[in-house]
Amino acid sequence: MTTYTAVTDADREAMLSAIGVSDVEELFDGIPAELRLDRPLDLPAGLPEQDVYAHLRELAARNVSSEDELSFLGGGMYDHYVPAIVDMLMERSEFLTPYTPYQPEVSQGGLQVMFEYQTAISELTALPVANASVYEGPSAVASAGYLARIANGRSRFVVSEGLHPHARETLRTYARGYGAEIVEVPLRDGATDADAWGAALDGDTCAAFLQNPNFLGAVEDAEALAGAAHEAGEDAVVIGSYDPIALGILRPPGECGVDVCVGEGQPLGNRLDFGGPSFGFFAATEEHLRRMPGRIAGETVDAEGRRGFVLTLQTREQHIRREKATSNICTAQALNALGGVVYLAWLGREGLCELGELLLQRTHYAREALCAIDGVEPLHRRPVIREFAVTLPEPVEEVVERCAAQGVNPGLALPEHDALLVAITERRSRADIDRLASALEGSLA
Amino acid sequence: MTVLEIEKQLTIFEKGEAGRRAFVAPQLDVPDVDPRELLPPELRRSEPAALPELSEPEIVRHYVNLSKRNFDLDSGFYPLGSCTMKHNPRLHERVAALDGHARLHPLQHPRRAQGALELMWRLERALSEVSGMPHVSLQPSAGSHGELAGVLLTRAYHESRGEDRRKVLTPDTAHGTNPATVTMAGMQVVKVGTAPDGGVDVDDLRAKADESVACLMLTNPNTLGIFDANIAEIERIVHGVGATLYYDGANLNAIMGVTRPGDMGFDIVHFNLHKSFTQPHGGGGPGSGPIAVTDGIEPFLMDPRIVRGEDGTFDLRDGSPRSIGRLRGFQGNYGCFVRCYAYICSLGAEGLRDASVTAVLNANYLLARLGELAPLLPLAYGHRCMHEFVLSGAPMKRELGIRTLDLAKRLLDHGFHPPTVYFPLLVDEALLIEPTETETRETLDAFAEAIRAILAEAADDPEIARTAPHTTPVRRLDEAAAARRPVIRQVVHR
Repeated sequence: MTTYTAVTDADREAMLSAIGVSDVEELFDGIPAELRLDRPLDLPAGLPEQDVYAHLRELAARNVSSEDELSFLGGGMYDHYVPAIVDMLMERSEFLTPYTPYQPEVSQGGLQVMFEYQTAISELTALPVANASVYEGPSAVASAGYLARIANGRSRFVVSEGLHPHARETLRTYARGYGAEIVEVPLRDGATDADAWGAALDGDTCAAFLQNPNFLGAVEDAEALAGAAHEAGEDAVVIGSYDPIALGILRPPGECGVDVCVGEGQPLGNRLDFGGPSFGFFAATEEHLRRMPGRIAGETVDAEGRRGFVLTLQTREQHIRREKATSNICTAQALNALGGVVYLAWLGREGLCELGELLLQRTHYAREALCAIDGVEPLHRRPVIREFAVTLPEPVEEVVERCAAQGVNPGLALPEHDALLVAITERRSRADIDRLASALEGSLA
Repeated sequence: MTVLEIEKQLTIFEKGEAGRRAFVAPQLDVPDVDPRELLPPELRRSEPAALPELSEPEIVRHYVNLSKRNFDLDSGFYPLGSCTMKHNPRLHERVAALDGHARLHPLQHPRRAQGALELMWRLERALSEVSGMPHVSLQPSAGSHGELAGVLLTRAYHESRGEDRRKVLTPDTAHGTNPATVTMAGMQVVKVGTAPDGGVDVDDLRAKADESVACLMLTNPNTLGIFDANIAEIERIVHGVGATLYYDGANLNAIMGVTRPGDMGFDIVHFNLHKSFTQPHGGGGPGSGPIAVTDGIEPFLMDPRIVRGEDGTFDLRDGSPRSIGRLRGFQGNYGCFVRCYAYICSLGAEGLRDASVTAVLNANYLLARLGELAPLLPLAYGHRCMHEFVLSGAPMKRELGIRTLDLAKRLLDHGFHPPTVYFPLLVDEALLIEPTETETRETLDAFAEAIRAILAEAADDPEIARTAPHTTPVRRLDEAAAARRPVIRQVVHR
């Protein structure tokens, strides 16, 4: 008997007798004998709770977390402060332990959270429709590509190299499956090369992909990029991957001609968790509503006319449409999306802007401070909001190691650019940035 | 309606007042530069996003009150078939929240993430042992994502042999994600029928299996809760035409430590860590869908892979020449790995087997308890089950005039979450019941008694069930209206 089951010997006897068998092994008679495992699984014996805790704590202690060093790592996930109420609400049994709300009468809480989350994402992106979440950022980009394939039936993807490398790799994997060829457009001075972008687009283009701010932290001229794509093909789908925190001050994709906006939701109240679980957000123009992947909550009324919420537009989904579904997604990231909407409510209308302005100022300060060091140059001079890249006069991976030895993680090494990608969150003060600058300076010979 | 009830129906966007706040920004501690110089107006947002404006206590009260309008596994029995709603140990939340796990950046250098990589490596080894398959990738984010990995791997495998096979066989009992995945992977679904005993119709399979078939996707035990005893014959047919055999791990909870997909001849397996290994379902995620594969499929596995060096240190390896690539960012849902690894540590070899044996015992006991109702709710196939079973409500509908949906809704009034309804599709008025191993005999008895009482009540007055639920925060909801005129966000008044 394990502590998570409750069958005593007496229970077992009574239950077997009700079933009409004498031994529990008889219940497995349907499995041919030659397929039965004739030995115990080769796994360690079970441990009591306190021993499991000690073991997991020991493993945790061999990781250097963002609490253990002064970290400027970003590159898709960011060490923002997660308010206490987010943890508290995400740990509540009523949100943590139910399944997908298939019985809406006893799932109004979760369904209303989805509805509120969808509203928040719509407001953030200035796009009218949003779903209740997809897995995470890069696969959201690839799912948006599938939407575009369904929308116009074409198969040519034009992809800015400003898109996160993981998103580009994920898109390639998916595109080999659903059938799309990819043309990548290089960056120039940190941003998507407008001439190359224009040249890559044509009437055959199915979708055009950009990221804003892009992987190197540069703010792209999304309106110009989207405009060029729509000029080449009116029904080409412009897909933008956005940093949701930047949207506090950045012109929203819905105002720039972006048709589908996706992104990594982790910065919105989710932990780093070594890469997941977080959530992907997915918003679009009205015309794509019935091609969206994933769950969507909708408002309705009950038999007595009271307001209520249900999962809706399910005829898009795998459990109804099967091979004709707009996506195969089933379980997504409801709990993480809850963290996202609570976080956005906590920041509030003014707070999201204030956070953006603060990051803008501190990031500018940090870029200036690092570029004041001999031999350190900006990789590009485009506007940046919360992340920037600088080139170093010495092999970047070695410099990172020297900084790490001083308890400073200076950012992500980009050896292909001889550059360091530095991320700033509101948890990094001026004093922290000064410490980074001196660690970096001291690490350069 | 009380004031509280009215209050509870408002969304967060309908609450609060301009000027209220919960967040205070850190002080600007760097020189204040004209923000328009840093981000020119044409790239700027002109109007703030219309987010709510509330104080912290209002936010807390709003969401705590909303949570009370949810039924959850911690509060009651949740026998939702094919979802494995087993207890979620709280220890797992505690260890996953440790800074070394929760606040570890995914791009931290592997040298400074050795604990995490070792945990993932150990979890891979454990899943390998449970499945009987040599290689594991933890990357996929959920079962459907694991399926996509599996079908893409199959495709890459055949293409590497110069074969362009596009047909994927799926039984008509399959979960909807199977056919949806096949299409997304650019392949074509071919349905295989079900035999009278509930297993794969082997003659139909034999007729459809030829050199154009890439793969057969199978769950065993299947969605009817029946172990397909013809699996060895199925394996011979599928491998005989050079196709791969894919195992949908949705029902792994029936067989851990008893039998293994690898020993049945499967080539690719996905796990649902949120089913068999207790990752909490979160109201619809997060999940995690690792896959395990044979030596023949291994060269095509997703990048990056976790490798252990000769000195016992761990690293991430990218750039395998024949890899299908990545399916998502970073290394997968690590937070889920921590929980599931903790679960495996707690249970160990014996505990995992005991979990499956008890799941099967509980399901058969509940089936036996419901036996007296068989004239109205017969078992759809077979006479016993594995970890779940399917009843048909067709006689109940005929005799009592209530449908499976009505029975499900009336169960809500008895304080139970209903089983899965109307799935699998091939059973008329299906009711798919999976009690799991973590429920007591008393709970199973009470559930059986509730169903008996509902049927007895319906014999007297079917209207009560037809208009159920009666005690929930809202009554039956108009889903047709919601789909006809979709309102999927609040219209926020600025």
